[in-house]
Amino acid sequence: MKIKIYALIFFLHFSSILSANQIVDQNTIHKNLRCLVCQGQSIADSNSDFAQTLKMVVKDLINQGKTEEEIYDFLSDKYGDWILYKPKFNLENFLLWFFPYIVLVVGGFIIVFLIKKRSKKV
Amino acid sequence: MPKTIKFIVLIVLIFLLGVFFISLNKSTDYNTEHLIGNKLNKIKFESLEHKKIFTEEDFKKNNYTLINFWASWCAPCRIEHPILIKLSKEQNLKILGVNFKDKKINALKFLKDLGNPYDYLAKDTSGKESVNYGIYGIPESILIDNKYIIKKKFIGPLNLKDYDDILEVINSL
Amino acid sequence: MLSNTGNLILLLNILLSFLIIYYSLKCIRLPNNIISRNIYQLSLLQCTTILICFFTLVAAFLVSDFSLITVYQNSHSLKPIFYKISGTWGNHEGSLLLWVIILTIFSFLFLILNKNHPKNYRLHTLIIQNLLILGFLFFILLNSNPFSFVNPIPKEGLGLNPILQDPALAIHPPLLYIGFVGSSIYFSAAMASMITNYSNKLFAQSIKSWVLISWTFQTLGILVGSIWAYYELGWGGFWFWDPVENASLLPWFAMTALIHSLLVLEKRNSLYFWTIILCLLTFILSVMGTFLVRSGILNSVHTFANDPSRGIYILIFLSLMILTSIFFLFKKYKPANDIINSNSKETFVLINNWFMMFYLITVLLGTLYPIFTDALTSSKISVGPPFYNSVIIPIVIIFLFLMAIGPQTRWIKNKFTNFKNIFYIIAGSIIINFTIVYLFKSYSFISNLIIISSLFLIISSVSDILKTQNINFSRIVSHLSFGFLILFIGLNHNFSEEKDFNLKLGESKKIDNYKFILQDLELTQKSNYKSVVGVLNVNNLSTNEDRTLKPEIRIYDNPQTLTYEASIQTNFLRDYYLTMSNIDRSDYYNIKFQKKPLMIWIWISVIALSFGGFLSLFRNAKNN
Repeated sequence: MKIKIYALIFFLHFSSILSANQIVDQNTIHKNLRCLVCQGQSIADSNSDFAQTLKMVVKDLINQGKTEEEIYDFLSDKYGDWILYKPKFNLENFLLWFFPYIVLVVGGFIIVFLIKKRSKKV
Repeated sequence: MPKTIKFIVLIVLIFLLGVFFISLNKSTDYNTEHLIGNKLNKIKFESLEHKKIFTEEDFKKNNYTLINFWASWCAPCRIEHPILIKLSKEQNLKILGVNFKDKKINALKFLKDLGNPYDYLAKDTSGKESVNYGIYGIPESILIDNKYIIKKKFIGPLNLKDYDDILEVINSL
Repeated sequence: MLSNTGNLILLLNILLSFLIIYYSLKCIRLPNNIISRNIYQLSLLQCTTILICFFTLVAAFLVSDFSLITVYQNSHSLKPIFYKISGTWGNHEGSLLLWVIILTIFSFLFLILNKNHPKNYRLHTLIIQNLLILGFLFFILLNSNPFSFVNPIPKEGLGLNPILQDPALAIHPPLLYIGFVGSSIYFSAAMASMITNYSNKLFAQSIKSWVLISWTFQTLGILVGSIWAYYELGWGGFWFWDPVENASLLPWFAMTALIHSLLVLEKRNSLYFWTIILCLLTFILSVMGTFLVRSGILNSVHTFANDPSRGIYILIFLSLMILTSIFFLFKKYKPANDIINSNSKETFVLINNWFMMFYLITVLLGTLYPIFTDALTSSKISVGPPFYNSVIIPIVIIFLFLMAIGPQTRWIKNKFTNFKNIFYIIAGSIIINFTIVYLFKSYSFISNLIIISSLFLIISSVSDILKTQNINFSRIVSHLSFGFLILFIGLNHNFSEEKDFNLKLGESKKIDNYKFILQDLELTQKSNYKSVVGVLNVNNLSTNEDRTLKPEIRIYDNPQTLTYEASIQTNFLRDYYLTMSNIDRSDYYNIKFQKKPLMIWIWISVIALSFGGFLSLFRNAKNN
């Protein structure tokens, strides 16, 4: 019973938070865009000409009501996927996104298997 | 250990080392040359001198158009200028100069001093328009045909080799 | 003159390594268990000469002997003495010399400090370590010689990159190198253990201190690097998941896993081959990191002058290392039959290792993936902070819970009371979390979970101290400070404020509840740079608190470089962080203002974390 109440509190708490988080955040977008003329910096960290321009463009796009994803699509269309620090989910990046979790699951199985196999011999 | 696991481990490691070896001989420099072959959907530039807007209609009749992004404050632009002047004599090619983040007086003085190779003179004062063309530093030039397909991209100042490349494309009709 | 001396000593060192290998091989054949005196003497001599070699290079930097190409490229006669010295290892050639020094000193110390272990095991370790030393000595001599000569001798040096002229960065490389180059000794020991079949718990004891030393220094090295990035690079972050940073983190994950699995090998004589794999992996990852950083196949903030021929050399060395390790591993592997109980410490150590491998593989994949796509499909992609954050953070939450439960395995035996305990702790964490959220009025889903799970770890570690008599302090300190580290990172990330805007002299701007005025720009002239100091007034409109921050734009003379110095005001609650940078062809300045809560506690947590390593080291030394 107690567990159920806790679970309910947990659930309510998080669902209310999830819905509150829908605004397009300029800083988040800046941090996901690579400054193409710098050495490994995002445009949030750079003051180069290019970063300045891109910040203005992002601002315009937000004002036009574009979502975060649409802004990324627009820019990767113009500059290539190199500009995005968070690679897109697609066939090419499939392994990048899922391999860590595959490792996690397989690792879990190995541990369960090991314990089962070895503890029987007690 | 089963043979298959040994085999897989070995293959994975050799693959990894092989990839390292291949990438050693590759340049890590980024460029936007993968855009070649794409079509420019919408072209829209404000004219530098007049109250006019250039759109794709203006370039429809040209066999080839070279869009050149430049500024008076940009030193490499001075270096490539003679090449542009040479290119301006070509029949098959029209040149659109986009003056990038610049002041009109300085831009016109630059052209007065060094000559004006441009058939069309446009401006992008804020630099925002250039983002639509994948520009990230100037000078950059884009060669398009009459269907607005990108034929070539040049990042950095044009040189004599680029000049020959352009001639080859525009005279291949 | 110095050039010749240096080269001569390097050659002498090669000779010494060969002699040590020769005498060791000879000594192995003898039937007794005594290592002959001349091996000790040669090893000591080897240490002494390599140190002399290093001091020769330091001397060359001190007297600004520009006939050496390394000195010419990385120093300047007008530079402060401190940075002349630190310039010695602030470049590719000098840092490789530091590599060899650590390889050599660790080799010698391992030889003299493990007298109660079998002769053959120690000698094999020595031989393998000397093979590594030889590999690097040849690399230095053939490709990256710090004593190379320039002719004609230049009058003045090119200077050290000003962002490297920083006290933190002067000590960063030595700390980090003791960490990951130090891991070479248990690479060698693991190989020797396989070759000589010295596979019992005594093997674990012989390398435990070395693992702890390298882990502690690696932790400190990463910390100092992060502090440097925070103060010097001006973006207000301390970790960017940059390939170079990842290269130092990968061995750290392997070492952390190793520390835990060594416990099992030491106490229960189990998990031997897994421990061996981790020993080998740590140093292989260190060398691979070096390869990635120095060969220039990665795009990174931290650049060494790149040269593909270096890449080839390290790659061949790396391949040899990997293939030999694999060969011995395949040859010697025997399936183990030790008993593992599901409710025992071993299980939780395995779980720790499981998560460490997950982190390791995620970071490794993220670092290598762009190389793969570029090499195989020619498409260039970037993998940066948003990727790592979204893949790793959800898993960190589970990890923290397990980390709290792990050391208290008896919880599983008497289920009832302990699940009640867990629930009390979770409930407590949630209440604290809500209080924090209520007070600061800013939240996101994932940070809530992070804060709850780290509080869970902290509370259960503290209750652990209160309940048990015979406690393992080093473990508690490390686990507790890890919990605090994640907590502070979570709070810091969630509640930091960031404003990015442009301002010109005299102008004021109101953003949210702050008002900024750029009051003045002062020009100052220092010995090796000119600077523009902005006087920025920041007024918090809700509390009417006034503060002045003075960011700088510096123009260094040799070499001519522009740097941006952040103005940082620190106290125990928060940091105010402000950078100012000029915008080309405009009289506006780009201002980045950040309020970062609890920043200093992140550093303190990491110091405490490594302190846990030191504690464990002392305990281990006392017990043996």
